Amino acid sequence: MTLDLILFLLLAVIAVAAAVGMLVSKNTVHAALFLVLNFATIAVFYLILGGPFISMAQITVYTGAIMVLFLFVIMLLGVEKLSGQDKLSWQVPTALTLGALLLLESGYFLIFRRTPLEMSGTQSIPEAFGGPSAVADALFQHYALPVEIAGVLLLVAMVGVIALTKWEKGRS
Amino acid sequence: MDAALIWEWVIKSVIILLIMLTGFAYLTFYERKALARIQVRIGPNRAGPGGWLQPVADGIKLIFKEELIPGSAEKVTFILAPIITVVPALVITAVLPWGDTVQIFGRQVSLSLANINVGVLYIMAIASIAVYGIVLAGWSSNNKYATMGGLRASAQMISYELALGTAFALPVLLSGSMSLKDITVAQGGGWWYIFLQPVGFFIFIIAGLAEVNRSPFDLPEAEQELTAGYHTEYSGMKFALFYMGEYIKMIAVSAFAATFFLGGYQGPGVTQYPWLGPLYLFLKIFVLLFWMIWMRATLPRFRYDRLMAFGWKVLFPVSFANLLLTAVVVIIWPQASGLALFVPLMVVNVLVLLLATVLMAAGLGGKKNVA
Repeated sequence: MTLDLILFLLLAVIAVAAAVGMLVSKNTVHAALFLVLNFATIAVFYLILGGPFISMAQITVYTGAIMVLFLFVIMLLGVEKLSGQDKLSWQVPTALTLGALLLLESGYFLIFRRTPLEMSGTQSIPEAFGGPSAVADALFQHYALPVEIAGVLLLVAMVGVIALTKWEKGRS
Repeated sequence: MDAALIWEWVIKSVIILLIMLTGFAYLTFYERKALARIQVRIGPNRAGPGGWLQPVADGIKLIFKEELIPGSAEKVTFILAPIITVVPALVITAVLPWGDTVQIFGRQVSLSLANINVGVLYIMAIASIAVYGIVLAGWSSNNKYATMGGLRASAQMISYELALGTAFALPVLLSGSMSLKDITVAQGGGWWYIFLQPVGFFIFIIAGLAEVNRSPFDLPEAEQELTAGYHTEYSGMKFALFYMGEYIKMIAVSAFAATFFLGGYQGPGVTQYPWLGPLYLFLKIFVLLFWMIWMRATLPRFRYDRLMAFGWKVLFPVSFANLLLTAVVVIIWPQASGLALFVPLMVVNVLVLLLATVLMAAGLGGKKNVA
């Protein structure tokens, strides 16, 4: 238990530090790399919680695919250095306020909660609840319709992007 | 968890690392020798008997070379990039089973390090991280050729990762498991997946070749256009790390192709004598590595736009259609195995090959597209 706790605290520090580094770094490539580190740390969290499938999916999709595309676009456009003036300056106080609210809320919950931290059903969680076949069962048996709807939505978005860029190309 | 088990894991990990590093050193020697024989030369033959100490000599030379860091380079990223390239290449083979269980000093030892039930996903995850090393090396060098090489590499690896992923899914479909051990065991009867899915195997090795940036897909380091691509500014041991990453990835791709499609450690007599398993796997990897070297000696490089068009317009649709039709076959005949599975899958393969021909003509045919 203590080993788990030490590991958790270490990873938590890394995750939070990476997130803060992402926010404050002036170089967009460095910001993207901090985000990669953050995603990888979260994947390790999933692994500690006993969800190997979601952990590997997290690394493959977020760390490996999406962030590589981010980096690719940043380098292709050559926008490594952020310009001095910030067009979205109103976002900083808003984000700070919302973040402080969230912290207060979770702090309140942690201090004044009535129920103990251990969930009552801990024993009933099966051994392989985070394994690939359990996840597949949940996704394609129990939640088949939402998964299909989400898939169609993503497909619509993809077709929309292609249609938009085609139209732009034809005009120019 | 008892201490003996932890020691077993540690010893196995060290053995894997040693094998990969020795394999890297002697793969360079093997490649130079094989290339030389193909080009009717003799190849390295000075260091040691028959040139067998050549890798040692190369290593010593690289250690004593001067390490240069360009003045305008991003220092931290520049040093980090070779490390990010090598580490995924070294850890990716952790899930590879190289034999069944054997008796060592009266203890049952399984000849695999980590038999996890998400093995295939683990490979995908680690392979997708390997892109970062190359991209960051190109970018942090602050050199236009290196940046171009890094961009090319990332675009190429993202494009071919899709075809590779769909090819990965074929053995998973056929064996019903994502564990590499189960996939190997499922091919135990002699029906290796190359016989059931020849098209899938070829998609896998083509995409794998592109993923490790080997010729004819070595556009990121095309020396005529980009000097040496992403590692132009690297020297000494940092350059050696990139080199090491590339060759270890070659070994890893061969090992996975052997495991997924060539039956892994399976072979005649392996159930009686489990120690034959690693030998069979080694032989299969050796043959696949020779094939890679042969490709390098034979084929000229792709043109860059053709490479992209091939990846997106031919390889990915073909791979996807193959996956879809194979899934249909597996759904219709869930209990079929051997010949009963072979016949419908052959129909699938022929259909997919026809699609490939049509797409090749449509996607790559005599267009005047010049990069």
